[in-house]
Amino acid sequence: MKKFLALLLALTLTLGLAACGGDDGGKDVPGQSGGPALRIGGVGPLTGGAAIYGNAAKGGAEIAAEEINALGGLQIELRYEDDAHDAEKSVNAYNTLKDWGMQVFLGSVTSAPGAATAAESNGDHIFYLTPSASSTAVIGGVVNPLTGSVDTPRRDNVFQMCFVDPDQGAYSAQYISDNGLGSKIAVIYKNDDVYSTGIFNSFSAKAGELGLDIVSVTTFTTDSQTDFSVQIADAKNSGADLVYLPTYYEANALILTQANAAGYSPKYFGVDGMDGILSVKGFDAALAEGVMLLTPFNADAEDERTKSFVSKYQEKYGDVPNQFAADAYDCVYAIYEALKDEEGVTEASASDLCDKLTAKFTGGSFTFTGLTGENMTWDATGAVSKYPRGMYIENGAYVGMD
Amino acid sequence: MNKLHLSKASRVNFATYAMVIAAYAVLQFMGGAGILSATMRGQLVPICAYVAMALSLNLTVGVLGELSLGHAGFMSVGAFAGAVAAAALPIPSAPLRLAAAMAAGALFAALAGALVGVPVLRLNGDYLAIVTLAFGQIIKSIVENLYIGMDSRGLHTSFLENRLTLREGGLMILNGPMGINGINKISTFTAGFLLVMLILVVIFHLVGSRTGRAIMALRDNRIAAESVGIPVTKYKLMAFVIAAAMAGAAGTLFALGQNTITASKFDFNTSILILVFVVLGGQGRMWGSIIAAALLTILPEALREFADYRMLVYAVVLILVMLATNNPTLQGFFTSLFRKNKRKEAAGK
Repeated sequence: MKKFLALLLALTLTLGLAACGGDDGGKDVPGQSGGPALRIGGVGPLTGGAAIYGNAAKGGAEIAAEEINALGGLQIELRYEDDAHDAEKSVNAYNTLKDWGMQVFLGSVTSAPGAATAAESNGDHIFYLTPSASSTAVIGGVVNPLTGSVDTPRRDNVFQMCFVDPDQGAYSAQYISDNGLGSKIAVIYKNDDVYSTGIFNSFSAKAGELGLDIVSVTTFTTDSQTDFSVQIADAKNSGADLVYLPTYYEANALILTQANAAGYSPKYFGVDGMDGILSVKGFDAALAEGVMLLTPFNADAEDERTKSFVSKYQEKYGDVPNQFAADAYDCVYAIYEALKDEEGVTEASASDLCDKLTAKFTGGSFTFTGLTGENMTWDATGAVSKYPRGMYIENGAYVGMD
Repeated sequence: MNKLHLSKASRVNFATYAMVIAAYAVLQFMGGAGILSATMRGQLVPICAYVAMALSLNLTVGVLGELSLGHAGFMSVGAFAGAVAAAALPIPSAPLRLAAAMAAGALFAALAGALVGVPVLRLNGDYLAIVTLAFGQIIKSIVENLYIGMDSRGLHTSFLENRLTLREGGLMILNGPMGINGINKISTFTAGFLLVMLILVVIFHLVGSRTGRAIMALRDNRIAAESVGIPVTKYKLMAFVIAAAMAGAAGTLFALGQNTITASKFDFNTSILILVFVVLGGQGRMWGSIIAAALLTILPEALREFADYRMLVYAVVLILVMLATNNPTLQGFFTSLFRKNKRKEAAGK
């Protein structure tokens, strides 16, 4: 009987807890006046292994929404739902947002779920502007450089704020070749990751064209991303003087540390996933000296807008914002700028807004300047006209390569 | 009174069929009337797939009495084989293509089941749990390194590296770690309902037959069963391969209801999730598996209202359900209710 009572008590407590949680359920942005507002929804991994990306994007978007609402014109109501970096859950999250009455969709933060929500939103005709799902399967209509086939047809409602993966791979190969950065190149990439594989494929296609000498290609997966001794030994034994790392910064920090311990010190070239390596806890930033990377956003930039964004973000969330936060911030502003002069935006249906926004984005006259690029434009392919900027790390800070 | 005298097992079986049919009818009606939310509509096919998975694992765990920790591996085989078949088969009618794809998914999963089962089911002990655990990981690795493309010359495959060059108009179907993208969603709630019904019919007939009694005899006392001449490996393998085939069909249903599937979806966590459905619903109790699978699939979505506390509340609810279903006071309460009804019935006569 005692146990039974304890169980009853526990049930009551859970319900109580659930009720408290319910109060946080309405994720209205502070500062929003409570009147009619444009409902913008986003999906991202707020829990699980990829949570740092989702929470960064959510944080960036929230800051943008607060700033816009403070201006007093078009009001924005923002809601982010969790997908735990899973395609099935991302569609559930998307459907939840649809039930809520979402009018414009910020897409998914990560690529594999992004492809799923892009297909769904295409069927529903809801405008989709993703901050960071950079795979070609999201926008569709891009030729696979390896096979010469178009694997996903173009989805005309989907646009990206980040640059698409193949651009990064091809750009890196071009850059390495133009500047003679390495005679023998080793690549370590994560072959169960859409992002990493996508960049590697275009890098290897472009490197073949340019006659770059790739002497070692090794891979790892989510299950084996703690020990890189095999990959490092392979690169070292084949005499590579440049290691190309189209991977995210947590893995990169381990690779740099373990290579240093193995007495191997080549040059490193990363892509935008390398951004953030300096803020990894327990990582000796001195090892990252001279690392080259491509990134659209630099939190140490001196312009007013970046400075204000970084200080607001730090105040609110305690971290230095990464490119995901900056891209999501830009997404909300791009939607705002495209719609701020239109009439009846808050009452319009998602489908009408999709037509309006698509026409505006592909019309040719719409340009947008944000944290991650100046005078960005979009065309019918859905990709943004923004080019990776080469940076290298010097004295713990990013310095432009050009 | 001239009543049909049914055994307790048959009554439970008919109640289970009735429950599934009633749930289907109510949801179909709600869908038709447009009062079903988009979230719920999007989950109908996955729910059917998870229910089918739970039923199939219950055959292995509850009826055969062997622990399988890699059931998602069979789901994966069925999902990828079925999705490739659906993309490659030139059948214009979507329901027929779905049926053919499910048959292909079930066939491939059954083959995989036989491959794992033949060496392992000869052994005593927990070897099956360990081997199926490894099997799930191996399937994930294989699919992540497999590339399948199609053009006017037919299907092309490549392993480890994508070496395919396709003719104009060609299409990559399976793209290694990126999985299958842009799936033509042909799975329907009706197809899911029919699959669940078919699986129930197969399981109930199997369990009620001579074969089923032999399988359960093996579960309860292997030595006694062997001593009366029941061939152990044959019956174990039969149950295991049937369960694998069902999981394959469920995998196809799931895959063809998604826009995109990747091998990492069918990992160890998914296997455990399905095992949780079976354990919560009760081993060997099919209706329990159905209810547990459906509720635990809906629950995380229903808890979205609780924002950051969502997964915490989910875990607490899981623990409480586990405790409540095993609480002697509650069990005694329900049994006494049931008895009272019976007594009333008897008094009414």
